[in-house]
Amino acid sequence: MDFTFTEEQRLMAETARKIAKDFPPDYWYEKEEKGEFGTEFWEAISEAGFLGIVIPEKYGGVGLGMTELSLVIEELCENGCGMAGNWYICLTEVFGAMPIVRYGTEEQKQKYLPDMAKGKLEFCMALTEPNAGTNTFRTETFAKREGNGFRINGTKIFISGADRAKGMLLITRTTKLDEAPKKTHGITLFLVDLPNPAVKVNPIPKHGINYSKSCEVVIEDLWVPESAVLAEVDKGWYPLLNVLDPERLVFTMASVGIGKLAIKTAVEYSTQRKVFEDPVGSYQALQHPLAEAYAGLVSAELLSYKAAWLFDRGAHYREIGATANMAKAVAVENATKAVYWAMQTLGGYGYAKEYHVERWWREINLVRLAPVTQQMALNYIGEHVMGMPRSYK
Amino acid sequence: MKVVVFCKSVPDTETRVRLKDNRLDKSEIKYILNPYDEYAVEEAVRMKEGGKAEEVIAISMGPERAKEALRSALAIGADRGILIKDDALDGSDTYVTAKVLVKALEKDGLEYGMLLFGQQAIDGDTWHVPGQVAEMLGLPQTGSIIKLEVDPDGGKAVANRMVEGGEEVHEMALPCVVTCRKGLNEPRYPSLPNIMKAKKKPIQEYSVSDLGFSAEDVGKAGALTEVLSYALPPQKEAGKKVEGEPEEVAQALLQYLKEEIKVI
Repeated sequence: MDFTFTEEQRLMAETARKIAKDFPPDYWYEKEEKGEFGTEFWEAISEAGFLGIVIPEKYGGVGLGMTELSLVIEELCENGCGMAGNWYICLTEVFGAMPIVRYGTEEQKQKYLPDMAKGKLEFCMALTEPNAGTNTFRTETFAKREGNGFRINGTKIFISGADRAKGMLLITRTTKLDEAPKKTHGITLFLVDLPNPAVKVNPIPKHGINYSKSCEVVIEDLWVPESAVLAEVDKGWYPLLNVLDPERLVFTMASVGIGKLAIKTAVEYSTQRKVFEDPVGSYQALQHPLAEAYAGLVSAELLSYKAAWLFDRGAHYREIGATANMAKAVAVENATKAVYWAMQTLGGYGYAKEYHVERWWREINLVRLAPVTQQMALNYIGEHVMGMPRSYK
Repeated sequence: MKVVVFCKSVPDTETRVRLKDNRLDKSEIKYILNPYDEYAVEEAVRMKEGGKAEEVIAISMGPERAKEALRSALAIGADRGILIKDDALDGSDTYVTAKVLVKALEKDGLEYGMLLFGQQAIDGDTWHVPGQVAEMLGLPQTGSIIKLEVDPDGGKAVANRMVEGGEEVHEMALPCVVTCRKGLNEPRYPSLPNIMKAKKKPIQEYSVSDLGFSAEDVGKAGALTEVLSYALPPQKEAGKKVEGEPEEVAQALLQYLKEEIKVI
């Protein structure tokens, strides 16, 4: 067993740290308050090649994997960017580049990957619907064969980045659930170019992460050619898993990064701040929960790197899924605890926007709901890892 | 023209400094390329991109980890590296370091037009080595520059350096030595594609004996200086706050400056 990163990986982490220092919490405070996209940050990560980590050299990337993606994201998040260190990269690279690299035709690769690697093409994924989220099999957005293409109708919700993206990974059914021989059959993935008059995008006001908009997407009679299908018609479920597991992992890394960032902030503050004679950091009532959270974050980090390693080695999806869900559950529990106790440590300043902890609180609140709820992650562990009966129908 | 950039592996700026056995406790330190050296590497790479240099060589003396600092320089755009690595070098002072670096340059053929340094290393903070190298090679030198114009065909370089209240402009014949600081340029981030390319660039390693030295010439034995002890700086004390009407505050401040710290 070898826990050391390679020299190149360490240098990549260093570049990520440098960028994070140039885009510190104050930068994100402003972007969050203004509800503005972090254009300067996007340019910096594009220039650094972070959007082409998983894209092969042939298409302008560096052809690395989940491990390097995780590493870069963790460093960005932990060193000051918070969730922003993951968000934009996830939308374009996990939702766009990863499935196209794995399942795209040569034509699709040529069309999307080189621009993505340069940061010239933003992406998004349209999966969740008003009546389908974790229960993806109940997807109602339907793509009906018409001529040498498909006519698509449906409504998607909470689609982050859809307002800016030039491309969208659209999850549909091409065979209705009640007509499918098994529930995994009939899911089809499409690559849709945006903006498109048949696709209406409405941002939804939300709790945090306002440097990116999450939108309702209404698709009305959208026609796409056969060449827009990613992977095979009716067989999109397993390819989709290879998007959802990486998504889970980058959000796990973001949680670890946010938790560590909050702890670092609490530690710095608590060693200076005196209310009575000693700095508040000397109080075990603060130290112990922060220490517990820290230990939990480091455990989740290790597990997440293991999941990334399994993914990069092409392990079975069940093994990747189990590891990713366990890492996610532990990371989010401990990151939530970390931010909670960081806020407690900063007292009133923890509630003040310019001290950032309250923003990280709003950011970490998302991760207990998405990419999968904590409860569904635990269900997965209970059912698929431990072999207990399924608790929902 | 070949340009040589001197690189040092130093503790990350966020390192919590601790002492152990009267030396820096290195057990938990993360190392980086000295931030001032980044300005030097960037400047050299820009010279190459601007057609004023044919080759950029990054050189370092240090343990195995110094290779990573060199790799950072290669990822910014240097073409190849030279590392002088030897257990015998442990404990070397700046004089020995300069001597060894000069010997390594001689071994490499001494065909450089410019030698670039960071103005200081953020660990030792001596600012010694550039001047010593220039002296040993008999080259003109200027330090802490914020602007550099190189004219390889005319055989000269013009460098601007900050002085109190203005700038000095130094014109030097090539080859020459300059040291770099913030303001000279904005070093680029080593990008992922360049990090991968850097992996394939060569780093030539030399030991002490490769350079014709014996163990007595280097390390503590060869040093002209000796470190007697290390101490952490005293804890910063809380500032003094004077409150009241402006006249009272000014009076209290004057009194403080006159009587307590006696600067007026």
